[in-house]
Amino acid sequence: MIPELGNFSLVLALSLAVLLSVLPMVGVYRNNQLLMTLSRPLSAGLWVFMLLSFGCLAYAFLDDDFSVRYVASNSNSLLPVYYKFTGVWGGHEGSLLLWVLMVASWTYAVSLFSRNLPLDILARVLSVMGIISVCFLVFMLFTSNPFDRLMLNPPADGTDLNPLLQDFGLIVHPPMLYMGYVGFSVAYAFAITALLTGNLDAAWARWTRPWTNAAWAFLTIGIALGSWWAYYELGWGGWWFWDPTENVAFMPWLVGTALIHSLAVTEKRGVFKSWTVLLAIAAFSLSLLGTFIIRSGLITSVHAFAVDPERGLVLLAILLVVIGASLFLYALRAPVVKGTASYTITSRELFLLVNNILLVVSTAGILLGTLYPLIHEAVTGDANVSVGAPYFNTIFLPLMALLVVFLTIGSISRWKKTSVAYLKQQLVKVAIASILLGIVVPLAITQEVNVPIFLAVALALWIILGIARDIQSKTANKGSFISGLKSLSLSYYGMQTAHLGMAVIILGICLTSHYSVERDVRLAPGQGIEIGSYEFIFQGVERVQGPNYQADAGEVTVLKNGDPYLTLRPEKRTYFATGSVQTEADIDVGFTRDLFAALGDPRGEDAWVVRIHLKPFVFWIWLGAFLMAGGGVIAICDRRYRVRDTARKDVPVQATDGLDPSLTGAA
Amino acid sequence: MNKRVKLFIPVAIFLVMAGFLLYGLGRDPNTVPSALVDRPLPEFTQPSLYPEQGEYSSGDFLGRILLVNIWGSWCPPCHLEHPFFLEISETEDDITFIGISYDYSTIEDREFLAERGNPFDYNVVDLDGSLRIDLGVTGAPETFLVDQQGMILYRHIGAIDADVWNDKFVPLLRQIR
Repeated sequence: MIPELGNFSLVLALSLAVLLSVLPMVGVYRNNQLLMTLSRPLSAGLWVFMLLSFGCLAYAFLDDDFSVRYVASNSNSLLPVYYKFTGVWGGHEGSLLLWVLMVASWTYAVSLFSRNLPLDILARVLSVMGIISVCFLVFMLFTSNPFDRLMLNPPADGTDLNPLLQDFGLIVHPPMLYMGYVGFSVAYAFAITALLTGNLDAAWARWTRPWTNAAWAFLTIGIALGSWWAYYELGWGGWWFWDPTENVAFMPWLVGTALIHSLAVTEKRGVFKSWTVLLAIAAFSLSLLGTFIIRSGLITSVHAFAVDPERGLVLLAILLVVIGASLFLYALRAPVVKGTASYTITSRELFLLVNNILLVVSTAGILLGTLYPLIHEAVTGDANVSVGAPYFNTIFLPLMALLVVFLTIGSISRWKKTSVAYLKQQLVKVAIASILLGIVVPLAITQEVNVPIFLAVALALWIILGIARDIQSKTANKGSFISGLKSLSLSYYGMQTAHLGMAVIILGICLTSHYSVERDVRLAPGQGIEIGSYEFIFQGVERVQGPNYQADAGEVTVLKNGDPYLTLRPEKRTYFATGSVQTEADIDVGFTRDLFAALGDPRGEDAWVVRIHLKPFVFWIWLGAFLMAGGGVIAICDRRYRVRDTARKDVPVQATDGLDPSLTGAA
Repeated sequence: MNKRVKLFIPVAIFLVMAGFLLYGLGRDPNTVPSALVDRPLPEFTQPSLYPEQGEYSSGDFLGRILLVNIWGSWCPPCHLEHPFFLEISETEDDITFIGISYDYSTIEDREFLAERGNPFDYNVVDLDGSLRIDLGVTGAPETFLVDQQGMILYRHIGAIDADVWNDKFVPLLRQIR
């Protein structure tokens, strides 16, 4: 009964989504206030029925209702209850349901938090988001219904959730990632609205910015969690593989980063308007492309869902409608939203344009690398070709190094025009200090010449010292240092936090790539190996029983400088339902190093192959990502997004007192 | 170019890409492995990973059982299977191990082998990727089992451990020994 209720809610949600995509838009062109006003309750209704539907599927999982095909293939009665819940998004159909629930949630959030938006704009934005919901609800109901029943002979027990997904990281990774992917639909809807109205001003950019920041922050966390999960769950100790599925999440992130910066220029200076619109369309399009690539089975990987050409065709049709139509609309309407202001060669606008170009070129390089095997096969008709990490590193790393050089110059420069003398005065010392320290500090610690390390440390210092220099000069004339700090806006702190995150990531990636020690050794109980000041002693393996698996649990005691330090317990699990074997590494996470132990194969007489890694500064990769996301969140909290927007002069609907309270300080 | 025309570039790029995606839907990536089995190992002449050792040709290896492994020092699963290769290269005396470096940096590969041990009897480098294309390699690591007549018996995608070896390779080896 409950699955039928869930199915019925989906149908109702589809009906409401159809109404949402049609009625308010009709209202806009008929100038019918009532139809436009309907956009809010329709968004709320769509959200409620999606939530109900999601709740029904979750209930079917918790209730072990194996007559539902999706539950039967993604759960098992022995599964711990929290994994039964997360099993809801453990496969294609359920994760699609989560995906659409999130579209509905963003739609509802826009309708809630946009009280200051003119009604005609709001109606268009919500309508566009309604169209997205319609597309994916149709896709779900006709090709991937999670509530399909197994009418004949429902199995007594389910086949189990993929053991790789039975893990905390996977409880939170997909929701965060989808929140990011889907969150870009808000910026997309605003962009389509701008093209439709031909009106793109500072107020438009100000409405769009917090939504974009939020989506970007979610995506940052989602990607970081995915990388963290790969690091400890796949058992290789690697954290980024340039796997196609990683690339498809990374591309919208890069374009989203470009969009955040381009929106800043559009808000402050009124230029790059049509470029901003194109980036907003591109960010969401790349999210959809990622969804398509992973769900159509176009590429095989750990993430890929079952191959089904029919699903692929429907998804491709959705891509054509959503991306193709919006890019076509862009081609027709972009001249209407042209910028007017001017800027000079050393302005912040120009440096941010360079930032945008670098980010977009990196994205294009990654897109080409990801699709190249497909293109090669289509053109030559010949065997597969593979593009590996060396290609991506060759393309990506130099571009990022350049990006960092411009990052500090851009954030220290001023709008419209920055004198070269000012830039020199601000940055010459910073540049000298970061180059000198970048060479001296690693040399003093390691006593070896390692150019990539010098470069990475210098670039990270270039960011960090640049931030310090900028804060110093911005607080210099404000009485005390503290009152100077208080006078800076949250947007400013958000920006600098995110930039600091970038510096931390650079250090993490480079130090861990160059100084990690990885040993795969055959160890009998009592034997050990020494790495640096640590000694790892293998104590043996014993059988332990988990709720739905049996495991060989190893014990590795670690000594530091000869003293007992800690114990690592890596496991090798065999899951009952599927018989699949899963490596669970044990990691001691530290601020400056991770100690990593994983079990390989047994080698007779109680001996095992044990994988021991010492990974310096690897934690900084995720720390940096969280700083970046935190920066995005801090920027959203800036007062100017919260006060009633009064800058939009051409819409008389809005109450206006003529002054932006955030500028006068009288909130 | 006309400015209005330029604005159509994004949609044009997208449509071309959509064409490739449509093509991609029509193929099944899982059919690739079987296509090479029971066909001869493609002929090749490639330089050694160690420049002083010159070049190797596929003809040099006829009459021997070959285990051809495509790997790279940048590839984590290759690190994973490396200790196992070290081990079986000791015990499986009648198999000739050929490592094909899938890499842009031969220096790092040489360092890797020097540091962790070299399981391969011959190290070939595939700088221009032509051998990978001939073999239809989808990524690293991949391993081909070739019999004395130069025919490919089995292709394995992904890392090899004791289980894979015992399940897939040992039965085939029993047949040809």
